Amino acid sequence: MEVNKKLIKVPTMAEMAANGQEPEVLFWVGCAGSFDDRYKRVTRAFVQILEHVGIKYAVLGTEESCTGEPAKRAGNEFLFQMQALTNIEVLNAYNIKKIVTACPHCFNTIKNEYPDLGGNYEVIHHSTFLQQLINEGKVHVQGGEAFKGQRITYHDSCYLGRANDIYEAPRDVLAALDADLVEMKRVRANGLCCGAGGAQMFKEPEPGRKDINVERTEEALATLGKGKGVIATACPFCMVMMSDGVKNKEQEENVKVFDIAELIAQAEGLTK
Amino acid sequence: MIGISNIIFLIVAAIGIGLFVWQIRKIRKNVLMGRDLVLEDNPSERINKTLLVAFGQQKMFKRMLPAILHLFVYVGFLVINIEVLEILIDGIFGTHRVLGFMGPVYDGLMAVNEILAALVIIACVMFLWRRNVTRVPRLATGVEMRAWPRMDANVILITEIVLMFALFAFNIADLKLAELNGQELAGAFPVSQLFVNAFGSDAGTLATIASVGWWIHIIGILAFMNYLPSSKHFHIIMAFPNVYYSKLVPKGKFTTNPAITHEIKAMLDPSYQPPAPEVDAEGNPVMQRFGAKDVEDLTWKQLMDAYTCTECGRCTSVCPANITGKLLSPRKIVMDTRDRMEEKGEHPAIFRPNHYKEMGVERVETTEEKTLLRGYITPEELWACTTCNACVESCPVNIDQLSTIMDLRRYLVLEESAAPASLNAMFTNIENNGAPWAFPASDRFNWADELYLPSKN
Repeated sequence: MEVNKKLIKVPTMAEMAANGQEPEVLFWVGCAGSFDDRYKRVTRAFVQILEHVGIKYAVLGTEESCTGEPAKRAGNEFLFQMQALTNIEVLNAYNIKKIVTACPHCFNTIKNEYPDLGGNYEVIHHSTFLQQLINEGKVHVQGGEAFKGQRITYHDSCYLGRANDIYEAPRDVLAALDADLVEMKRVRANGLCCGAGGAQMFKEPEPGRKDINVERTEEALATLGKGKGVIATACPFCMVMMSDGVKNKEQEENVKVFDIAELIAQAEGLTK
Repeated sequence: MIGISNIIFLIVAAIGIGLFVWQIRKIRKNVLMGRDLVLEDNPSERINKTLLVAFGQQKMFKRMLPAILHLFVYVGFLVINIEVLEILIDGIFGTHRVLGFMGPVYDGLMAVNEILAALVIIACVMFLWRRNVTRVPRLATGVEMRAWPRMDANVILITEIVLMFALFAFNIADLKLAELNGQELAGAFPVSQLFVNAFGSDAGTLATIASVGWWIHIIGILAFMNYLPSSKHFHIIMAFPNVYYSKLVPKGKFTTNPAITHEIKAMLDPSYQPPAPEVDAEGNPVMQRFGAKDVEDLTWKQLMDAYTCTECGRCTSVCPANITGKLLSPRKIVMDTRDRMEEKGEHPAIFRPNHYKEMGVERVETTEEKTLLRGYITPEELWACTTCNACVESCPVNIDQLSTIMDLRRYLVLEESAAPASLNAMFTNIENNGAPWAFPASDRFNWADELYLPSKN
């Protein structure tokens, strides 16, 4: 059976509004999803899932700008509010009601901090979104067998977990695969940070004994044990930090770091 | 039956309670140094949280052994207080075991009291052991665990043991006296029963011991009460209001400064009318700092946090920055806030702040400035925080360490422009490109090029 490929034309809000249409959901890509080479693959995998399921979605494209989250966490409230108010103006002009994003930091800020500035939307993180698709039977993950016997450990993102109490959604998504899920010792509410939050992503760490991502990666590797394994993440910063940690430990051959959306797209046979 | 001893007792109790009220007023004044904070009103959820986290000690149970030991001391404290009430009545009116009329209820109460008192002694001994012998790292180490906090912890535990022994001495002597007089003493005493002959059988000696035990217990309690405001033990009072006033919104939601919002809206739209600024009593506009440089820039809740802290170190032991050897310790942030508050405002009877110059190699390079920032907490500590909320999650009394760290950071950035250079570069990128990295905004949609979906034909 020959596999054909169909070119995806990602719809922008500007085009949709010009045609007098509204999307069911706006996909907020975020800066990492737009510019970081590694995380662009997650963005693309998530769009493939959206297309595959046939949901009416749109992106802002070049009209999107940083939520201001890193500026806010670094203490620059002024710059954060500049960004937020500008974004809210764009979102409100398009009458956006529902937003999905693959970044817990964008998710947290739009969901919790934009309302005070006049931005009220239903905001969903892609882990919850994927969980719903699986529960509704829109995604079947028939290719899940491909993961049979594969050991996967999920690293909790602080901004999903402790910040917003989302612990089950990413685990439910992974449970849909036939993989062997193993939990690290520090998980859920007691999860250990990857080290990138609070704008640490954009600076050198303060002097210390070791880097936080190395500490976390050591824990993940010990949990996965010998042989091949996967560290699953649901956040662009965690993705960078855990990948760097695996490199630091020279385990790239054995241990891969994937976002949950990539694993689902793979199981669904979308990434051929 | 009122005699000279009752008069003495009344005077002692009045002094003890008066001194305590005087100290509490000072602390209240300190807490009110803080900025106003309007909390979302949700009394039912607040009461619920208080019942679970404060009364129910929900978050203590993340660590089983200390949770159980602490539960003994806590329940002991609650129940033995009923006996303290009796002691007060007996002391004032010269009665003897005035609640004895309750019969079987009184028997049960006394029996439970005795068992709890014994458990309190066991728990306190184990706590002393953990602090001084096995030296559990979070209790024994850390730059903020200087001489005073460590001594404070031991003073509390030893005092509690002494109080319990005094209670037993009073009960044993009382029991033996009743036995000698062929009377039935009201109450049931399963522990004292075992040691009933400990003090011999001389009635005079026994009467002295009973009375000395009784006096030590009550004077001990009054003295201990007045020690609280200077001590981490103050949490036995503060835990309840502090949990009641917890943050109810998601932990990821940081505060938004409305003054900045008005400023930006006025910038973007010249016709925008910001509300008139607040004025003080003299009619001068109140100029508030952006962020926090000193204790009066924090909210009353953040200052209340500082008085609630029990210095247990759970926050520091789960802090990713601290675990990996960085200077930040969330517990130090909270303890420093309290020390600075006492330095700047009122201080209770005994309070002795941490002196970072006291001993050892000092990595915390504080300055001589009389402010919380730099005088106590250094930028290096603040810049180590990943805002991961592990400290907030771990705190058994719902302290929000992160909000204080963030407010200090905001002052550094907004008032001093003193962010690390790499963060300033990130700010510039956001301003110029709408992204924290130096990519042109026009490339933002390039990820969508050449994207395919397999279709089976």
